[in-house]
Amino acid sequence: MKSRKPSIPYIIWMVVFTMIPIIMIGFTAFTDKNGNFSLQAFTNAFYYTNIFVKSLWIALISTAICLVLAYPLAYLLTRMKESTQNTLIMLLMVPMWMNFLLRIYAWVTLLQDNSPIDMMLSLLGIHSTYIGNTGAVILGMVYEYLPFMVLPIYTVMSKIDNGLIEAAQDLGSSNFTVFRKVVAPLSVPGIISGVTMVFVPSASTFLVAQYLGGPDDIMIGDVIEKIFWTDQNTGSAISLILMIFIFVFLIIMNLFGDEEAIA
Amino acid sequence: MKKKTGILSKIYIAILLIFLYAPIAVLIFFSFNNGKTTVWKGFTFKWYVQLFRDNNIMNALWNTIIIAVLASIFATILGTAAAIGISNFKGKKRMLIQNASNIPIISPDIVMGVSLMLLFTTLGVIFNFEMGFFTVLISHICFCVPFVVLNVMPRIKRMDQSIYDAALDLGCNQWQAFYKVIIHELMPGIFSGLLMSFTYSLDDFIITYFTRGAKFQNLSIEIYSMTHRRISPKINALSALLFLAVLIVMIIINLRDRHEEKMQKKRT
Repeated sequence: MKSRKPSIPYIIWMVVFTMIPIIMIGFTAFTDKNGNFSLQAFTNAFYYTNIFVKSLWIALISTAICLVLAYPLAYLLTRMKESTQNTLIMLLMVPMWMNFLLRIYAWVTLLQDNSPIDMMLSLLGIHSTYIGNTGAVILGMVYEYLPFMVLPIYTVMSKIDNGLIEAAQDLGSSNFTVFRKVVAPLSVPGIISGVTMVFVPSASTFLVAQYLGGPDDIMIGDVIEKIFWTDQNTGSAISLILMIFIFVFLIIMNLFGDEEAIA
Repeated sequence: MKKKTGILSKIYIAILLIFLYAPIAVLIFFSFNNGKTTVWKGFTFKWYVQLFRDNNIMNALWNTIIIAVLASIFATILGTAAAIGISNFKGKKRMLIQNASNIPIISPDIVMGVSLMLLFTTLGVIFNFEMGFFTVLISHICFCVPFVVLNVMPRIKRMDQSIYDAALDLGCNQWQAFYKVIIHELMPGIFSGLLMSFTYSLDDFIITYFTRGAKFQNLSIEIYSMTHRRISPKINALSALLFLAVLIVMIIINLRDRHEEKMQKKRT
């Protein structure tokens, strides 16, 4: 128990299977097909700037919707009986453990022409196409990642000391004031990890847009996937840019969190 | 605060649950449909029968389970040992190792997938092997270990260090002290690490996609290729069965947690 030795296998493992692959991405990004130094891959990568920006935009909107939906839910959960809380959390997690592809495929079934939704709405005289647009992609993202937003916020909120809340009430605060002055500030760390857990995968995933989006809804993950089979250099350059962008995002989120904690 | 919830909040929760479950319910509903589209043509079990007769799917299911079992066990052993070792580092060195360990969690799946693919293709050229079962297994272990470390670490911090010394004083050697005393203290963390590893491995598509080579198929890959071909209601039948399996596992875990809580309340 006092020895550092048990960590040696894992440190070697990390070097071989985490560090070296990332270094290889960096190396491949700065070389051409023959292994000579080249910036051509980055020049090629700039061709996809629009898709990159659109991916971040879709991820941002999806994250915002998740936050707006999840925050009240997490708050309501903490106010329920403990057994009800556990059951509802379980119900939230069950869809999350279904296969990732099946969850998107389920929305394809729901949104396609002649689907149950389409038929119900056409009874009311509404005809439209619900699949193949950016809205459907965002819907898919929100569906995929909503539990990732609820769980961290709920965990942080349920750890808030009840004494603090009772003290605020004893001092004459209304429920709303208690929420605004006690619960909301203390739940910030949960919001931060929730935003991270939704934003990172939704900015970088592939397939969601291919299944639910139209021809213009290609995301940067789809680009990396397509391009990597033919041009590893450009694929590595885009991956490197994406990774750096996400690390910067995480650092900013962390700074934001620390400041809030101090204030 | 009053533990009371109004009718509005109940409606809100109900709407979100409908949002989460409606797509799954529709999939399950159409798994009993005697037609290939979303138009109801009568009740049937034939898609379930076809599903079990489909060797590709059964083989993929088997591969998925084997990989999840092996990856989670191996990751748990590696991660628990690592957590114990890391906890004995101090200051900056420890921060460095812990941050490095978190890289697979925070970096996008797709970047991890392509970077491992680069590594395996390069190593494959040098050592003359092709990507397949073992490269997928290694990749799954890669993204599972950090979760084990994250789950076991807090347990080590909370543990009373003197019980280890007590075990040594009472005549245990280091190894006995570990498996007779320490491991029991760490068990809840080890178990949740194992469980998280197992479920992440079952659900993974992106990393498997890049490290599987030409032949290896797991369930995600199989579903991916099925949805690219003509869509078959066998997928719906598969979803229904997976949903049932997940539900049963979740109920068992939930009951076990409640049982543990009761036991703890009795003790105190």
